[in-house]
Amino acid sequence: MNPEQILFILFGAVSLIGAIAVISFRHPIYSALSLIVTFFAQAGLFILLGAHFVAAVQVIVYAGAIMVLFLFVIMLLNLGTLSAKGAISGKLKGFAVILGILLAIEGVYIAVKAPNDPADASAETAIESVSTTTYNIGELLFNEYLLPFEVTSLILLAALIGVIVLVKRESQEES
Amino acid sequence: MALEYYLVLSALLFTTGVIGVLIRRNAIIIFMCIELMLNAANLAFVAISRSLGEASGQVFVIFVMAVAAAEVAIGLAIIVSVFKHRQTINVDEVNSLKG
Amino acid sequence: MSKELIVVLLVAPLVGFLINGLFGKWLKGNEKLSGWIGALAVLVSLVCSIIAFTSLNSGAAPLDETLYGWITGEGFAFNIGFRVDALTAVMLLVITGVGFLIHVYSIGYMHGDEGYTRYFAYLNLFVFAMLILVLGNNYLMMFVGWEGVGLCSYLLIGFWYEKQSATDAGKKAFIVNRIGDFGFLLGMFTLFAAFGTLDFTTIFDAAEAGNFQQVFGASTLVIATLLLFVGAIGKSAQIPLYVWLPDAMEGPTPVSALIHAATMVTAGVYMIARSAVLYNIAHTGEIVAWIGVLTAFFAATIALTQNDIKRILAYSTVSQLGYMFVGVGVGAYASGIFHLVTHAFFKGLMFLTAGSVMHAMANELDMRKMGGLKSKMPITHWTFLVGALAIAGFPFLSGFWSKDEILHSAWGGSPLIYGIGLITAFLTAFYMFRLIFVTFYGESRVEPEVASHLHESPSVMWVPLVLLAIPSALIGLLLGWGGHESWFHHFTKAVAGFSSEAHGEASGNVILFMVISSVVGLAGIAFAWTRYSKRVPSDEPTGALHRLLANKYYVDEVYNALIVQPVKNGSHFLLWQLVDNGIIDGIVNGVAALIRFVGGLLRRLQTGLVQVYIVSMVLGIVLFLAYYLFFT
Repeated sequence: MNPEQILFILFGAVSLIGAIAVISFRHPIYSALSLIVTFFAQAGLFILLGAHFVAAVQVIVYAGAIMVLFLFVIMLLNLGTLSAKGAISGKLKGFAVILGILLAIEGVYIAVKAPNDPADASAETAIESVSTTTYNIGELLFNEYLLPFEVTSLILLAALIGVIVLVKRESQEES
Repeated sequence: MALEYYLVLSALLFTTGVIGVLIRRNAIIIFMCIELMLNAANLAFVAISRSLGEASGQVFVIFVMAVAAAEVAIGLAIIVSVFKHRQTINVDEVNSLKG
Repeated sequence: MSKELIVVLLVAPLVGFLINGLFGKWLKGNEKLSGWIGALAVLVSLVCSIIAFTSLNSGAAPLDETLYGWITGEGFAFNIGFRVDALTAVMLLVITGVGFLIHVYSIGYMHGDEGYTRYFAYLNLFVFAMLILVLGNNYLMMFVGWEGVGLCSYLLIGFWYEKQSATDAGKKAFIVNRIGDFGFLLGMFTLFAAFGTLDFTTIFDAAEAGNFQQVFGASTLVIATLLLFVGAIGKSAQIPLYVWLPDAMEGPTPVSALIHAATMVTAGVYMIARSAVLYNIAHTGEIVAWIGVLTAFFAATIALTQNDIKRILAYSTVSQLGYMFVGVGVGAYASGIFHLVTHAFFKGLMFLTAGSVMHAMANELDMRKMGGLKSKMPITHWTFLVGALAIAGFPFLSGFWSKDEILHSAWGGSPLIYGIGLITAFLTAFYMFRLIFVTFYGESRVEPEVASHLHESPSVMWVPLVLLAIPSALIGLLLGWGGHESWFHHFTKAVAGFSSEAHGEASGNVILFMVISSVVGLAGIAFAWTRYSKRVPSDEPTGALHRLLANKYYVDEVYNALIVQPVKNGSHFLLWQLVDNGIIDGIVNGVAALIRFVGGLLRRLQTGLVQVYIVSMVLGIVLFLAYYLFFT
């Protein structure tokens, strides 16, 4: 086992355990904290893949900004313990889990099968040799994907305005 | 490291997210699960980008993150609104879609 | 005679129709103009007809020309084409001649009517359709004209559509005619199946050569001719389909004169004369003759007891049409057509005089409320008298010649037909002079307020009367002198099928027949004089026979009970309540109920729980993925 494999197993296990923890904890705060762990582990995986810029953004945007927002809302609404009774029956829950496992099997099947296509035969060697730098990403982002990039800014603007409108209407109703 | 390991991990993370969406009642946790699914997709993007020796996949990850950020902002705003309105964020208690 | 001439002849009334029909609104203020446009259009046709006639008379070859292909397909072709031979020329003269006079008369008669321009539009359209009927060189064109005149007849009978009885009469005429038209259509189909074409020339040549498909075995032509005759029965108001014609008198009187006496109702006679070749070969003429003579007798007996002037004339028309069918039935086609011509003049004349009387009497039709009109309306009286004498067979007037020829030919065919025909001639003279004596002679029984403005009609009306009275009196003498060797027979000899008349020469003394006919006619007149010169018909029928006749043999009632009511009941219970309400509505409602039921079931899936929806979505994804991954 080379160091990369060890690190992959480490990060992969952490992120998977974190993910399961997210859906297992009763309290949302614990779920949110588990999610942060998962995100960090994933950032590690990105570094392993040579995507340093993405790893940085992952930590800053996800683990930093988004998760803070989650925690903030959870605390703001003071969502402590949640009532156990619900409309979703245990039977449906079991069925959902079985469905999820089936989906996982199918996903793994795709993952194992797809790269074995003859067209992608060189993929395994390529993954070792070529690295993509932040420089490459910047070049792509501001040349080939300039228009989608600008549109993204519009999406963020729209989200900004949307949030303001949602909250403002709410406050008007209260007053 | 072979690409397929990353893809298998990505599939498992995604499925975990799906199961979470299906079985949890708390809207915020459901949101977190959606983030999980997005992240799983991101992982696949980066892995395949690496395998193809091409940076485009990473550019898409940037876009996905931007959209996820926007979505979380809106979603949380809606959750806050719903909570103010109904004093709950349990999705099975918000059933005005019932036909 | 050229193709262009015929086109002008045909199109002139159409132009008149279009002007009156499309610009009637602007012409409304100036009804004289509208009327004269209509009359002028027919006058153009009349002039063209005269030119065509003289050129034919001077020995020109008959025209048989195709203008263009109308419907062309694999193995068949229907053309727009004209055939102008002696028969057509005679019909053209009758249609446009009588038609023109009636148009002129209508200018005065329809004065002040609300639908003045509409009336002339219809009338012109009728002339156009009638011209198509007689000009066509194939059965399809004849059928087009046939339907066209049927339509115009319907429109004009129901011209005063505010009157319930008028619209009912129009519908009755249309529906009864439909039965006949159905026969005509089937006949056409048979002919087409047998000959592969509908052109007269081709069919007649092939029929004579025996060169056609025996679609119904040896009786192909028998079936075809009888089916065509069904069409003729409907259009020419013979037993059993005559019931529409008396009711058709609801229309304006000039319409009765033009359509229901002179032209349209004779279309059936024309059609049989045109198909003479086929009837000669199929030997179905005897059936035609029998239907004709029975109708003649039957209608004449009904006319004996009617008190409505126009109805008497209507039954008289039915009766005279029966004579024409006797003529064409026994193979004396020229005689039948000759009677058609004379009848067109004298019956048209009588209808117009009846209209003149109505005009003066404020639309009164019951002759028991008339009497003594002779002094007030001398021209009307004299012209009517001429017409009545002509129809009664008074010696040397037109009806005398034509009727005598038919009876003479009938003797050659079957003495029994001759006998019935002779009795009918007596009855004809009797009811016509009953009408005259009661209407124009004796004490005046006119209501005082009507009597005060009783007057002779304006010149625009009485001039056509006089112009019709002259040919009514003389045309027989001019054209019919010499019986079967007359000018008319000579002129029409060349028409396909006419020359093979199997009669005449074989039968007895011509002079003797003439004397017998005259005596019978005069006896009828005399009998009417003894009964009605002083007396008025009683209001209530006396005796069973009288009541039977006065109620027209209860034919309408019988038809109503046997056909109309069952159809109505069938429509009501079977078609409406069972098929429409039960089956069709049932299907529609059933589908709706099914959807409602299924919807009720599916409604339960809509729990309102988002997660249930997501579970079903994921289930779908799983299934689809499984299908694509493992089964393709």
